[in-house]
Amino acid sequence: MRIYALGVYLFLYIPIGVIAVFSFNAGRYAAQLQGFSTQWYGKALSNPFVMEALQTSATVAAASAVLATIAGTLAALALQGVSGRPRMIFDALLYIAVMVPGIVIGISTLIALVTLFDWINPVVASLWPVADAAPQFHLGTGSLIAAHGLFAMALVVIIVRARVAGMDRSLIEASADLGATPFGTFRQVTLPQIFPAILAGFLLSFTFSFDDFIIAFFVAGSETTLPIYVFSSIRRGVTPEINAIGTMVLAVSLLILIVAQTILQRGRRAQPA
Amino acid sequence: MTPRLRTTLLLAPATVWLLAMLVLPLVVVVVFSFGERAAAGGYTPAFSFENFANLGARWTAFKNTLMLAPVGTLLCLLIAYPLAYYLAVRADPKWRTLLLILVIVPFWTSILIRSYAWIYLLGGQGIPKLVSLLGLGSPRLINTPFAVLTGIVYGYLPLMVFPIYVSLERLDKRLLEASADLGSPPWRSFLQVTLPLSMPGVATGCMLVFILLMGEFLIPAMLGGGKVFFVGNALVDLFLQSRNWPFGAAVAVALVVIMLVTVTAYMRFTRRWAGGRDDVSLM
Repeated sequence: MRIYALGVYLFLYIPIGVIAVFSFNAGRYAAQLQGFSTQWYGKALSNPFVMEALQTSATVAAASAVLATIAGTLAALALQGVSGRPRMIFDALLYIAVMVPGIVIGISTLIALVTLFDWINPVVASLWPVADAAPQFHLGTGSLIAAHGLFAMALVVIIVRARVAGMDRSLIEASADLGATPFGTFRQVTLPQIFPAILAGFLLSFTFSFDDFIIAFFVAGSETTLPIYVFSSIRRGVTPEINAIGTMVLAVSLLILIVAQTILQRGRRAQPA
Repeated sequence: MTPRLRTTLLLAPATVWLLAMLVLPLVVVVVFSFGERAAAGGYTPAFSFENFANLGARWTAFKNTLMLAPVGTLLCLLIAYPLAYYLAVRADPKWRTLLLILVIVPFWTSILIRSYAWIYLLGGQGIPKLVSLLGLGSPRLINTPFAVLTGIVYGYLPLMVFPIYVSLERLDKRLLEASADLGSPPWRSFLQVTLPLSMPGVATGCMLVFILLMGEFLIPAMLGGGKVFFVGNALVDLFLQSRNWPFGAAVAVALVVIMLVTVTAYMRFTRRWAGGRDDVSLM
């Protein structure tokens, strides 16, 4: 039993380890290890295409995670007071957002936005006071943020809602009885209790967006995110540089996940049963 | 501010987001699936069933998906169940949380990089080379259904382990003691007590993995090398290369309908032994 479990853990972690080991390989070819070197990291970090893609990915991940966390937390708090049909509809939408395959979200967002922009751009241009200076809407950072944020927001609602449901209600009543304003109660009683869930939701949203390939592939327009860059590089052939980028991406998400897990577990322990 | 108004205002951003970026685009896909292709690609309004009548042109993609998704789900289940059992029943409680986190963490890291790792391992310089050094010939692994299934199991195993773990962990241990006291050998207790009671977790895990597999693109694209392709790969081709949006929309609608039908049928079928609802969070 124990050996079996060990085997599965090796299966899960050896491929990741192989990438990390080969990223430090001095040689160009995967076949032999030829000594330790950090040259591929230097190559990756001085490649302007990589840095630009990294910047796009980081911007999109940060913006979509912030917006998703705000909208998602507000919704999770509001849902306490919602029941019946509106609640059912909202829950259904959340589950659709989480369960519809990323590829379907990607194509539907692509065709909906392109159609909308094709229709709206001439209208804006004809109404704009200065000829040829009207803003043109197109796919790019904005559509990436909106599409990534959608999934992330559903995730935040689900995580924060679970925490709101497990919150000690008597504390809120006590705070109100002692004369605190609703906002004061929120800031001093509710927020500290649900904060771990909000932070975990934010970190997961960031990781989701940073790692997502399939939705970005459709809605990125002319922008390139890091996963899109890696995917197109792999098509041209496997290089040690990709190993270095991959190792860095894995390290970033591992770090964020460990932080998120620690926060959530600690929050769970502090939660009264 | 009345509580009702406050609730409405708090829900407004999320609702607008869901309507604009989820409901509207999905409606557009359904509308487009009845349209016609414009001369330059894209869409011309029409109302015809021609796109659906043509679905047979992508039969291979549907066939591959409908064969490999269930097989992949089953493989995940067979590998995940003993691990979940170990974690829930046998593992030292002191290490349980850490071991569990170690299973979940890979799921949240880049599937792109993790599939890429298998290109490395299964490619000419990886496992086949090791095998040939041992004098066992040089098997071709990359760009085969085997490679795609390996990638699938690797990618989705965590999603299967977690729900099964949750249902096994909730299991009332006294039932097993009672079963033993009544003279059942351990294997019999397992088959008659543990296994039936863990079925909600098995059902949840299978459903999650199956749904995600139906829409998979990346793993077949990277490990199937264009030879083993899924509906997802057909969709990428139709939307990004040949720009046949109406037909692509019909393929997408067909995919979602097949998903809904299989999942509903599966839930009907499993409800008998799965009992109540089993909510599982992934964190």
